[in-house]
Amino acid sequence: MAGDCEKKPVLEMMQADGGDEGCVTYVLHNEDHTLGNSLRYLVMKDVDVEFCGYSITHPSESKINFRIQTRGGIPATEPLRTGLTQLNHVCQHVLNTFQARVDEFKGNQDQSME
Amino acid sequence: MAAPMSIVEEIRTRVILQEFGVKNVHTTDYPGNYPGYDDAWNMADFKKNFRIDIVDMDENTMEFDMVGIDASIANAFRRILLAEVPTMAVEKVFIYNNTSIVQDEILAHRLGLVPIKADPRLFEYRNEGEDDEEGSEIDTIKLQLKVKCSRNPRATKDSADPRELYLNHMVYSKDMKWLRPGQELDIVMHCVKGIGQDHAKFSPVATASYRLLPEISLLETVEGEKNTQLPWTLD
Repeated sequence: MAGDCEKKPVLEMMQADGGDEGCVTYVLHNEDHTLGNSLRYLVMKDVDVEFCGYSITHPSESKINFRIQTRGGIPATEPLRTGLTQLNHVCQHVLNTFQARVDEFKGNQDQSME
Repeated sequence: MAAPMSIVEEIRTRVILQEFGVKNVHTTDYPGNYPGYDDAWNMADFKKNFRIDIVDMDENTMEFDMVGIDASIANAFRRILLAEVPTMAVEKVFIYNNTSIVQDEILAHRLGLVPIKADPRLFEYRNEGEDDEEGSEIDTIKLQLKVKCSRNPRATKDSADPRELYLNHMVYSKDMKWLRPGQELDIVMHCVKGIGQDHAKFSPVATASYRLLPEISLLETVEGEKNTQLPWTLD
């Protein structure tokens, strides 16, 4: 997230199967459980996804293998893209709700002190 | 007493603590797992069901409930709080004079852990590997620490309390007695912006944690004497 990858790629694609676009393993650099687990949850919530999982290749290296298998011949990049944008929206919504509630709480606190 | 829920409901929504283990830890409500349930991600439903209730908030701590969000995302927030929210902290310490009993490197290490009350959003990250020791005002804060301990001429003869005996004997981190008369510290520090992943001194929180909301259901009514043994009220 605060990754300083000037020349290193952020994301690579390792295809296990020659012809099948639906089963792809991505290698995400400079990531760990923070993105891996939450993205896995949202990608699994997609109806087209048959399998989704991630693993940390070695705890000394900060990269994860993220695998998506889709059903129906859908290319795996679609659920990945959808999952990422949905994660973005979820976090934005949580931030907005949180900010509103904190302001409200502070407002109530000030009121009860007067 | 809670009404008994169907087994499927229980598996889908509850984590159960048993005597020798924990059941239903992983989320299982993915599309296709349960016939008859539509578990696909629905943003509108999420927005409708999600809410945050603040339990307690003061200057240093905060406790709030998040309802309608999965543990994986809550955990991601916790991890980000610990490791990826930037703060300012002392990074380079230039020691011009240190005649105290604390070694240079120990002193530098402890200075790094002192929290610096500066808004990191006003600063940029400092580029690594650049030779300039100066740093510009956009990415570095320069602090100076110059303390010299001397005898207090006004103390009474028999007093044993160091506070009375010496001036400046406590260096301003409030709980460290570092200096005795004749010892001196002369230090310049550079503070830079960083994240907890790099070094724990950059972590802005003392700790951040989350837990699932506990649900305690009594299986039978508690009568008479036993009623008074319940230490808490059930809301």
